[in-house]
Amino acid sequence: MSADLSQFFQVFFEESAEHLAEMERILLSIDPHAPDEEELHAVFRAAHSIKGGAATFGFSDMTSTTHTLESLLDRVRHHELGLTAEMVDAFLETKDAIAMLLAGHRDQAPVDLAVVESACGKLRSIEGGSLAAVQIVGTAAVEPDAGSVATGEKEYRILFRPPADLFIRGVRVEPLFEELASLGELSITAQVAVPEDFATYEPEQCCLSWEMVLNSTSSLEELYDIFMFVADEDEIEIQVIEPALKQAAVPSCGLEPSEQKHTSKAAEAPPTLESPGRRLYDRDETAPNAFGRRPADGTEATSIRVGVSKVDQLINQMGELVITQAMLAQTAQQFDPVLYESLHRGMALLQRNTRDLQESVMSIRMMPISFIFSRFPRLVHDLAAKLGKQAELKLVGETTELDKGLIEKLADPLTHLVRNSLDHGIESPEERRLAGKQPGGTITLRAAQTGGRIVIEVIDDGAGLNRSRILQKALENGLSVSDEMADEEVWQLIFAPGFSTAEKVTDVSGRGVGMDVVMKNVQALGGRVSISSESGKGSRVLVSLPLTLAILDGLSVRVGDEIFIVPLNSIIESLQPQPDDINTVSGNTTVRVRGEYLPLLRLSEVYRIREAEERPEHAVVMIVDAEGEQVALLVDELLNQHQVVIKSLEKNYRKVDGTAGATIMGDGHVALILDVGDLVHLWRKGL
Amino acid sequence: MEEMTSILAESGAREYLTFTLGQEEYGMDILKVQEIRGYDAVTKIANAPPFLKGVINLRGVIVPIIDLRIKFNLANQIYDEFTVVIIINVLGRVIGIVVDGVSDVVSLMPEQIKPPPEFGTGIDTQYITGIGTFNDQMLILTDIEQLMGGADMQLVENVADNHLDLAA
Repeated sequence: MSADLSQFFQVFFEESAEHLAEMERILLSIDPHAPDEEELHAVFRAAHSIKGGAATFGFSDMTSTTHTLESLLDRVRHHELGLTAEMVDAFLETKDAIAMLLAGHRDQAPVDLAVVESACGKLRSIEGGSLAAVQIVGTAAVEPDAGSVATGEKEYRILFRPPADLFIRGVRVEPLFEELASLGELSITAQVAVPEDFATYEPEQCCLSWEMVLNSTSSLEELYDIFMFVADEDEIEIQVIEPALKQAAVPSCGLEPSEQKHTSKAAEAPPTLESPGRRLYDRDETAPNAFGRRPADGTEATSIRVGVSKVDQLINQMGELVITQAMLAQTAQQFDPVLYESLHRGMALLQRNTRDLQESVMSIRMMPISFIFSRFPRLVHDLAAKLGKQAELKLVGETTELDKGLIEKLADPLTHLVRNSLDHGIESPEERRLAGKQPGGTITLRAAQTGGRIVIEVIDDGAGLNRSRILQKALENGLSVSDEMADEEVWQLIFAPGFSTAEKVTDVSGRGVGMDVVMKNVQALGGRVSISSESGKGSRVLVSLPLTLAILDGLSVRVGDEIFIVPLNSIIESLQPQPDDINTVSGNTTVRVRGEYLPLLRLSEVYRIREAEERPEHAVVMIVDAEGEQVALLVDELLNQHQVVIKSLEKNYRKVDGTAGATIMGDGHVALILDVGDLVHLWRKGL
Repeated sequence: MEEMTSILAESGAREYLTFTLGQEEYGMDILKVQEIRGYDAVTKIANAPPFLKGVINLRGVIVPIIDLRIKFNLANQIYDEFTVVIIINVLGRVIGIVVDGVSDVVSLMPEQIKPPPEFGTGIDTQYITGIGTFNDQMLILTDIEQLMGGADMQLVENVADNHLDLAA
């Protein structure tokens, strides 16, 4: 049986990790003074799902820890306890402990039980500390006829009649009994329903039912929760035999006085009617993911897990299909549209279908950047506390989508930048007050798509970069610097390997392995990093990345004998300039477009192409957007609009400056795809 | 693969693809060769060294083409239907090299291979692993992988920095 279960372990681990991430996200955003009902429910559900899964798979350490968390959460969401910041911290700590236990089961990672115990202890002390206050709330809420029921142990009679396919579904009952036993004194009697006809009896069918007697302080609902993933309501029957009117022992956790009113009525009414809202709610949320549920019970799965390699394969094949379609379209143009009308109609349809298919395929790999952004609230929360600073994190443009591959590689550089902002940028509350600022600093993470690039900014309103300190440090490090250097050049110095201006090395930063690593990582993705800073006002780090998709829309242009692809999203307009609009500024040509003087970049010059048209008035000028700056690009001729598949040049060769890769045209030839921003850099460097 | 090669080496014989560059006959390890094809029009790469003719589309893969004749300063640099490109698999890459002609595949025993003579200053001799003799003809055996990985070939990214200066 355990062999059968192990194949589901991975699913459980992944789901639990997601639930934990969700919990953390909500806990960080929650306002302790005015918590959102929905969010509290969501946190509870996440904890509950983890507990249920852990119990099913027999991870009892996770079950008990989650249980402790869950029981406190349950009381918070039922307004028995008010949420406090202290509680949120304890919840977060417990979440980390659960994550550690999870890692322990998944990767055999070391587990520090002291951490788990301390987290649980905190929860218990919070729960215990507020017990007295709660009891008043609890008893006040209890209806008069239930008033006689005091806090204490009750005797439950549990009848569990599982369906015949219990074992076939791979449900283990032992953890269930273990969990029940952990709640109190338990005795189990198994009853075997002997099949009438032994010849037709199937050995895999479950003919067992269990009758249990449990002495426990737990509420009826908690008992039902244990069976939640295994049995439906009609298969389980729990009755309170009589309140065991013993003196209530102070329980470690899970004491819920207000639940008493449920239990007193539970004997006569089926539990689903008790608080239908909650039961239905919880079930809806957990049913699709719950292991062991009968398929008919669960709603249809809303997502499936697919290996990235499969998606990549799909994208590659899609690329080939686009090329084939382009080749066919080119061939079809040779046929008379009148004689071969249906061929042309078919080709148009094929093109549209290919495009739709391609968009769908590409969207599989796209993920919102919130995937990385979501880890920063916690980072800032923890780090600010550690550094004794106050900082608020603002996230802007979290829905900006980019390729999954980029997202993964972006996480580390961004983490570095945010840590840097908090450690070096934001000042301590006293310093800020002296500088006439709010004691709490603000770090803004902003993502946006501009032209063909994704721009991510990390902005802080801290002290800004310290020019003199950087210069001094650079001198010490033996870099050639002078006082006359422009600010931009000075800021670039911090990208030098081993450069750190932090006065003391902390475990947060100051080891000098920060910015050069950021630079290297971002450059490896074809991106750039730039810094702007104002003393006393703050600094801004801008990371700009190519929107590396496997396929892009481009315009093919001719320069001399060469064909280039200009990404469509970086083109603003194309025009043929009048001779009057062409001027020179100290040897450099400018083009006047509607009153603006734009620098003219001759592609033939950058790429050393002979036989290209030199006179702008006889060629075409494309106005392109190079990272927010408009530049006029001189080309001989505009050819056609294409969908092109980006092929890597690096795979067999190396990156070519000013290009975003290459593509294969309909006729089988290779054309380079221009990266306009990079091209402008290259051009400026060459001048 | 490595094991196979070493077994072959133990038994003595190794196979070489021989090709001509100018007046000289060269040999390279046959296991590095993927295919041999004619010369197609290439797409030029800007600011690349002259011996890098450009890139071609080899069944959907972009492959750089290197003209060894230019690299070794040979006179014949005509591209016609007889120009041959050897597609090789080295350094985890697929690279096409242009040569004057491909002659044969020969099998050489270790005793047929002599150590390369010392020429003093010639830098290219470091890529020569030995001199073979086949049918009374001298064969210059090259380590094509080392040749392609050399800094002056600029095929590998970490030598990118001097790239612009060289091209200028």
